[in-house]
Amino acid sequence: MSDKVTNILLVGVGGQGILLASEILSETFMLAGYDVKKSEIHGMSQRGGSVVSHVRFGSKVYSPIVPEGEGDILFGFEILESYRSLPLLRPGATVVVNDLCIPPPAVLNGQQEYPAGLPEKIAARFPDFLLIDGQKLAADAGNARAANTVLLGAISNRLQIEEKYWQEALERMVPKKALAVNLAAFALGRSL
Amino acid sequence: MKETLSGNEAIARGAYEAGVKVASAYPGTPSTEILENIVRYPEINASWAPNEKVALEVGIGASFGGGRAIVAMKHVGVNVAADPLFTLSYTGVKGGLLLITADDPELHSSQNEQDNRHYARFAKVPMLEPSDSQECLDFTKLAFEISERYDTPVMLRTTTRISHGKSVVETSAPVTDLPQPHLMRDPAKYVMLPGNARKRHFVVEQRMSDLAKDAATLPVNRIEMRDASMGIITSGVSYHYVREVLPEASVLKLGLVHPLPLDLIREFAGKVETLYVVEELDPFIEEQVKALGIAVKGKELLSLCGELTPGRLRQGFGLPAAQQMAAEDLPGRPPNMCPGCPHRGVFYTLNRMKAYVSGDIGCYTLGFMPPLSAMDTCVCMGASIGMASGVVKVIPEEERSKVVAVIGDSTFLHTGVNGLMDMVYNKAASTVIILDNRITAMTGRQENPASGHTLMDDPTFSVDLHMLCKAVGVQHVRTMNPLDLAECEKVITEEMARPEVSVIITNKPCVLIKREGVFKKGPCYVVDPLSCTGCRACLKIGCPAIQWLPGEGKKGIAHIDALLCTGCDVCRQLCKFSAIGEANER
Ligand code: SF4
Ligand code: SF4
Repeated sequence: MSDKVTNILLVGVGGQGILLASEILSETFMLAGYDVKKSEIHGMSQRGGSVVSHVRFGSKVYSPIVPEGEGDILFGFEILESYRSLPLLRPGATVVVNDLCIPPPAVLNGQQEYPAGLPEKIAARFPDFLLIDGQKLAADAGNARAANTVLLGAISNRLQIEEKYWQEALERMVPKKALAVNLAAFALGRSL
Repeated sequence: MKETLSGNEAIARGAYEAGVKVASAYPGTPSTEILENIVRYPEINASWAPNEKVALEVGIGASFGGGRAIVAMKHVGVNVAADPLFTLSYTGVKGGLLLITADDPELHSSQNEQDNRHYARFAKVPMLEPSDSQECLDFTKLAFEISERYDTPVMLRTTTRISHGKSVVETSAPVTDLPQPHLMRDPAKYVMLPGNARKRHFVVEQRMSDLAKDAATLPVNRIEMRDASMGIITSGVSYHYVREVLPEASVLKLGLVHPLPLDLIREFAGKVETLYVVEELDPFIEEQVKALGIAVKGKELLSLCGELTPGRLRQGFGLPAAQQMAAEDLPGRPPNMCPGCPHRGVFYTLNRMKAYVSGDIGCYTLGFMPPLSAMDTCVCMGASIGMASGVVKVIPEEERSKVVAVIGDSTFLHTGVNGLMDMVYNKAASTVIILDNRITAMTGRQENPASGHTLMDDPTFSVDLHMLCKAVGVQHVRTMNPLDLAECEKVITEEMARPEVSVIITNKPCVLIKREGVFKKGPCYVVDPLSCTGCRACLKIGCPAIQWLPGEGKKGIAHIDALLCTGCDVCRQLCKFSAIGEANER
């Protein structure tokens, strides 16, 4: 077990299931024997605001938030929110983003435009970039709402954690009737 | 067993392990989940109170009866509970009593940023400050020991990062040997007439000085010697930021932040070359260290405003910042009321009528945001009605009919009803709209005395808001369908014109209510692209389900997201060109 702490950020829009995904991540790391800290702000953000969840694991973790500019992995549920959070990352960080645009209020009412070309701009700065059609892959796995789990699978590839811990965390955190679909979605993501 | 728990979950677990009998709270971010998790332990009688003062009073009763009690609230909630708190400090307790204050540095979801460590000092009660979930659990248990050993209520202060942060926690079995609660009389201690209270004040001062002495030996206050050139006194989540950013520094970590262990501080100051205090918000520790005549640096390095972060700490200590890309100007994503929220139509109407809206705390505070832009004031829970009374007292006659107070169901029962009593009693003519969505929505749908269910989800009596308003003396109380814009306009116009107090109660529930049969989804709506003229009228309600497609039609057209639409029908009423209709009709 290395001493270095791994810094993961999960970002997106309130209501996208980011909190559950970060709980599954934390659970996995704890099961794998690491110290884990997770932190996010919810409250106002439940009404469609931006959400940023911080998950850190290692042999000993102090700060519950990722120090600015030290994020190792960004796990984006929505494109604009992913782009907004790039300043939290260190150069060379891994970026995995769900190919989904949720227009914010000013875009909905036509006052501003949803910025174009964000995936390309992210790729230019962060070569380790993966854009995933989470919705479609989740639909292939049996339920479009399991997109989060597809993304989790894709992330799991980039972390040295044995697969059994991921499985156990999913079994603990996902409701029984949704487990089969989620395990399938996870496997699809992991194959990317 | 090992688990990852949030601070709030760990406090709930700690309450269970400490043998707590009664828990009471009013929901408020970031404290809400404490009670929501205590419900998992059926041994504890847990309930939502209509406000924080009542919650504390319930806790006090349980304690006087000999049971351990826990009371939870957010920082501003303590303002409401302050009255009983200050006298509780004099009476002391029987069963241990723990008051949680969940502070919100950075105002993630609050109206101010107050530092409630001052309350501990002001009310003369000890305060513990955990720095992670394990300490939330351990300090909760410790709080009950301190409470009973020193005959005092104890406060435990968390901050948003602690309340909502998760970390690994080792749990254990609950205590078993607590005395059985029963009625005990001790009026000299529990009846705070001046004659009794005067004597108790000496007891309070003695208790605090005993505690201050013992604080040096409490293991939650500890010196960690590393490099002696830099010594840092810190507590709460700041401790972890210090360990992260300044791993070589020596640290005095305080678990008890009031009273401070002055001997330990002197000892630590003597061991290090330069002494610092790292704390969020106010210089609470720093000023007391300075009062000892010890030279210390603190707030000249760190801001009085906002949350501490590793980056801000680094900057304060002049350390190089991590290499970061610059932030760009991107469209913001502020919170918004849900698609189909019953409050949208009311705010749309108030905006059109140019009403001066005295607002309150809840989802409907978002009526402030454009395009609804219909809120002129918002100060604290329950204040909208009292403030409306005040403003009509000073403005010229012709402006008075413009004033409207809005308030939610839960907030009305919290402290709004007192304002209404005053408004009637003192004849301040104004219109009050109770936005009754039948749940405490903003904090995540908690039950309240008007919702018909308890925290344990048992059906119960529900307050009849109409009769309550009548009972405090309002002559004109009417119900209004907030999703019918013509009705809103008619009813609000009539009541604003009335030179007497009137109350309008809306009758549509929150769209997020989970209980069957309360909220009914309507048919999905669509925009007919051929009839849409691109007039943008439907955009004025700011519904997240309606999107403007600038590239389509002559001037662009509106589009309704079928997944988000709840069929509330408000946008259809706005379209003069009948371009919006039920999906199955098209
Ligand atoms: S939670 Fe309920 S009351 Fe709050 S914005 Fe949504 S629909 Fe409206
Ligand atoms: S109000 Fe009607 S015509 Fe105007 S933009 Fe909306 S749908 Fe089109």
